[in-house]
Amino acid sequence: MEHHHLNLVHNIPFFSIFFAMFCGIITPLIKNGRVARYVHGTMVAIVGVLSAVLLVNVVQNGEAFTFMMGHFPAPWGNELRIGPLEALLAVLISVVMFLTITAGSEQLFKEIVPEKQNFYFIMLNATFGAMLAMTYTNDLFTAYVFIEILTIASCTLILARGTKQAIVGTTHYLVFGCVGSGLFLLGVCILYGITGHLLFPQIKETIAMLMTTGEFHFPLMFVVTLMFVGLGIKSALFPFHSALPTAYGSTMTTSNGILSGLVLKAYIILAIKLCLEVFTLETLVELKIADIMFVLGVLGMVMGSVYAVHEGRMKRMLAYSSVAQIGYIFMGIGLGSVAGMIATIFHVFAHAATKSMLFICCGSFIEDADGKEQLENLKGAAHRNPLAGIAFTVGALSMIGVPLFAGFISKLYFAIAAIEMTGMRMVLVLGALAISMILNAMYFLPSVIAIWSKPKDEFKKTQISPLFAVAMVLFIVVNFVLGIGYRPIVEVMEMGIELMQMVL
Amino acid sequence: MSQLLTNYYEAASVILFGIGFMNLLLQNNLIKKFIGLNIMDTATYLFLAAKGYVFGRIAPILTNGIIDAEYYINPIPAGLVLTGIVVSVSVTAFSLALVLRLYKHYGTLNMDEILRMVREEEGE
Repeated sequence: MEHHHLNLVHNIPFFSIFFAMFCGIITPLIKNGRVARYVHGTMVAIVGVLSAVLLVNVVQNGEAFTFMMGHFPAPWGNELRIGPLEALLAVLISVVMFLTITAGSEQLFKEIVPEKQNFYFIMLNATFGAMLAMTYTNDLFTAYVFIEILTIASCTLILARGTKQAIVGTTHYLVFGCVGSGLFLLGVCILYGITGHLLFPQIKETIAMLMTTGEFHFPLMFVVTLMFVGLGIKSALFPFHSALPTAYGSTMTTSNGILSGLVLKAYIILAIKLCLEVFTLETLVELKIADIMFVLGVLGMVMGSVYAVHEGRMKRMLAYSSVAQIGYIFMGIGLGSVAGMIATIFHVFAHAATKSMLFICCGSFIEDADGKEQLENLKGAAHRNPLAGIAFTVGALSMIGVPLFAGFISKLYFAIAAIEMTGMRMVLVLGALAISMILNAMYFLPSVIAIWSKPKDEFKKTQISPLFAVAMVLFIVVNFVLGIGYRPIVEVMEMGIELMQMVL
Repeated sequence: MSQLLTNYYEAASVILFGIGFMNLLLQNNLIKKFIGLNIMDTATYLFLAAKGYVFGRIAPILTNGIIDAEYYINPIPAGLVLTGIVVSVSVTAFSLALVLRLYKHYGTLNMDEILRMVREEEGE
């Protein structure tokens, strides 16, 4: 399966990461925030197009390949690994990043003081590069380093507005982030101690051997728990979610969209890669870690929504809704089957595309209401800004799981994955799906009704900038593409998972 | 028990990690919290350094022409420790900058007190 011949397409992953980081480095020289935005936008667009080329290429060839970083071959050197799934994820990250920043940029320029605007784009470039690196890497320690880069970059995204609340929110988020990455680091070190390797395929081989001999059973269980709890804390899995609402409530719209849509997903992408490429699903089931993730996931699905129902402030409500969606994702991983994995990955896509759109709409409503974010202050917001109103409605319907929208398909796949299971698990998944769909409707429908209800007093239409309009329409299109044309996407995922499970 | 005694470096580092971890989680004072973070990171470096060293071998620097791997220790953990130090320095610098700004705004380093003040402000 390994191809080391010179092929330009094979250089795309390394180039994408390098290009993002390079743009981050040159951005401090650009004093003007708007120019920095163009540099960032162009970079993301180029990476997006290149990733699409890469995706078409790997899907046509039905292959996965490794890219050697530096001059040392495996098992000593550092590697990237690219298959259909990684390429598809890179496309997703680029598209959501591009649309979120395009839609939110006008607001962004209002919220950050002019002399600091270019710094925001440095951090966006670093975030983007780190997310790509976590998607492509084939090396455990590289993954850890990029986890830390992503943590710092995302903290500065929360901090960008510089208000008192934002500083408190960032500190809270940073402490949780440090706890998570500390656990992950200890897990990596012990795993390195047990297996002697840092590259995924070599670790996988050693673990398979250890599982057959039964040696190091307890240390392995300890390591896997450390790493997945670490990633769970970083991706705001219930009950480690408490930093999320404070941080999201205090920060700016674009940061909300990027953090909830993509940054949380980057840790999950890493968790999925670890499941398929390092620990295999069978091992996770045998070590009982799958059960822990399953239980926490189901609890998160229900509890996240319960918190959201009780929350009157819209941004926090969306934050709690993210906690519930992360619950879905971990529940899917916890099923320990390929079908569960497909549902999980599809949910990553659906949630990334939907939640960023919801946050951008929510930010624009709050801006129109002079910064008040209680639901009663947002009455009639959709009449002021109809496009954001339509997009919010699409997003809400997708979150609830109405057919034709992205969210429905992932719930459908979760249900299919559940039916493959037997006994308690099937009942639990289907029950949790039903309860959480009802709860989703309980908090999304009132907000949709509120924004479309007649406003009490005179209002003036919001000036919709063309960039916002184009990005919003594209967001809605992406949602329908995921909701209607999902078959080819799922086929690529299936192919990617199959290749990841094979030993390269 | 005997395993713990032979692997005393690893045992010590895990204990240190626990101490740092609990400090990071439970300390109210923000400076102490981030000192806990540093203890935690340093503990993992001790673990890695202990894993990389093999008793009786020397650093992998060619001086006397021996290229037999059995003669040298594993240099990779040392590289990992270096990378880890860089990471932890940057996280510490960032968190201390944050603490500084929190102190300017709230006049205290106690996280509970800061959160109480935030809640009071929101209540108004």
